Amino acid sequence: MVDDFTLSQAGTGALLLDVAIGGAFDDARQARLLALAANLDGVEGVEDIVPGMNNLMVVFDPLLVDAGEIERRLAQGWAGAVAADEAGREHEIAVVYGGADLQETAAHLGLAVADVVERHSTAVYKVAAIGAMPGFPYLSGLDSTLAMPRRAVPRQGVPKGAVIVGGGQAGIMPITAPSGWHILGHTDFVLFDPHRAAPATLRPGDTVRFTVAGVKP
Amino acid sequence: MIEILSSGALNTVQDRGRRGLLSSGVSRSGAMDIVALDAANALVGNKPDAAAIEVAAFPFRLRFDVAATLAVTGALAETRLSGRRVPPWWAIEAKAGDELTIDPPTLGARVYVAIGGGADVPLLLGARATELKSGYGGHEGRGLKRGDRLSVGLRRPGKLPDGGIGAPLPPRRREAGRPLRVLPAAEWPDFSEEARRLFVETSWRVTAEADRQGCRLDGPELVREQRRELLSHGIVPGTVQVPPAGRPIVQLAEANTCGGYPKIATVIDADLWWLGQAMPGDDLRFVVVERSEALEALREVAEWLDRLRGAAALYRVS
Repeated sequence: MVDDFTLSQAGTGALLLDVAIGGAFDDARQARLLALAANLDGVEGVEDIVPGMNNLMVVFDPLLVDAGEIERRLAQGWAGAVAADEAGREHEIAVVYGGADLQETAAHLGLAVADVVERHSTAVYKVAAIGAMPGFPYLSGLDSTLAMPRRAVPRQGVPKGAVIVGGGQAGIMPITAPSGWHILGHTDFVLFDPHRAAPATLRPGDTVRFTVAGVKP
Repeated sequence: MIEILSSGALNTVQDRGRRGLLSSGVSRSGAMDIVALDAANALVGNKPDAAAIEVAAFPFRLRFDVAATLAVTGALAETRLSGRRVPPWWAIEAKAGDELTIDPPTLGARVYVAIGGGADVPLLLGARATELKSGYGGHEGRGLKRGDRLSVGLRRPGKLPDGGIGAPLPPRRREAGRPLRVLPAAEWPDFSEEARRLFVETSWRVTAEADRQGCRLDGPELVREQRRELLSHGIVPGTVQVPPAGRPIVQLAEANTCGGYPKIATVIDADLWWLGQAMPGDDLRFVVVERSEALEALREVAEWLDRLRGAAALYRVS
């Protein structure tokens, strides 16, 4: 395939490579994208390589490296990118399920609360990307029967540790912040610590499993 | 040490911000008007990565426990050092016991106060910048309040002449009403021709929803013809997003590192300072430029800063 990506300017010193097809997220393409990201590490003038959902932003110093050079590396790199064999690290995250949203979500989906808990905790998730908030993981692999439209109006102050779903994605709140996703439970798992050199606990490519530490009414 | 005598929660310790950590979800943060920060550091002989105080709530007052060199840049505001008037974009020597007072600006939103040696707060994730939204960095991860004491780093040798020294205004500061230069972004082609025309012809109004995270603009609705769903993607300060309601938001220093709204354009780095100085009710226009102009503008600012550093060093006598 030749035309299976778009490249666009994201300002004076950034480019965005988008490999999404339609609006759907693709795990295989994400794995190739993460391999490309690893290959770009250390390129002169490159400041940040930011995987998104089926896209990759490269931030560079435009006075040190020519944007055209980064464009060439992205286009050629994507064409030749092969998903790495080694899987990321594995994490088990204990969740106490419960709360008003859990009931509401179950009702909206026409499922029993126990079914929502079971489907959420038996799925195997991949960390597709880290971003938006410090250490926030975009998790793919949510059981498709748990896909919920996001709230029309984001809620203020969704608490740190909230285990959430929105659209076809799952996530966990690393800090207390606004979010339009639905809260299924809570975890004490620490996603972000600014005092560590690598502040985000999870990395793209890691595998996440949720375990049931309890279900509260 | 310096002691804060009067402040507001929006006054923070800032430097050039955190680089290379967007992929961990860490916003760049740092000064909203980087050019003013750089100039303040240059005037007092600090390294470019030194931290200064970004003052966005007025009046602001602090007292020097020790003699220090200080510089005040950014918004134009009546400033006095123990009663003596300090002109805008100026550096001066303070004696132990001197009090600095900054009144609300007459033009602009943020004043930068650099002190020789820099604000000596802990380095966190490679920077001293305060990230207000997430509550880390800077002075205890929060805005400065009355009674806070900040230590300042080692001063470079050399004192300024009596009366101090000033900086010429950086490129384009004097040219009021000049449009902000932007580069087209990923969804530029998805907007209708009419929307693209409106984007550059409208005089956009800065709303009250303007802070370190972003600046929401008011004006006509920008319609996107192609309504394809976007997956979350990395964004940088300067990104002009257009949410479904059709009014642009410009993402700034503390912007989330990923977003999902369509992006019509990105403000070029050399013009980002303007949004750091914008007040609710201000009007602004956009003009689309080529990448070469964005680079030329960046070089122009860098050269201006180099000349200022050189000139300030000449005045500092040992």
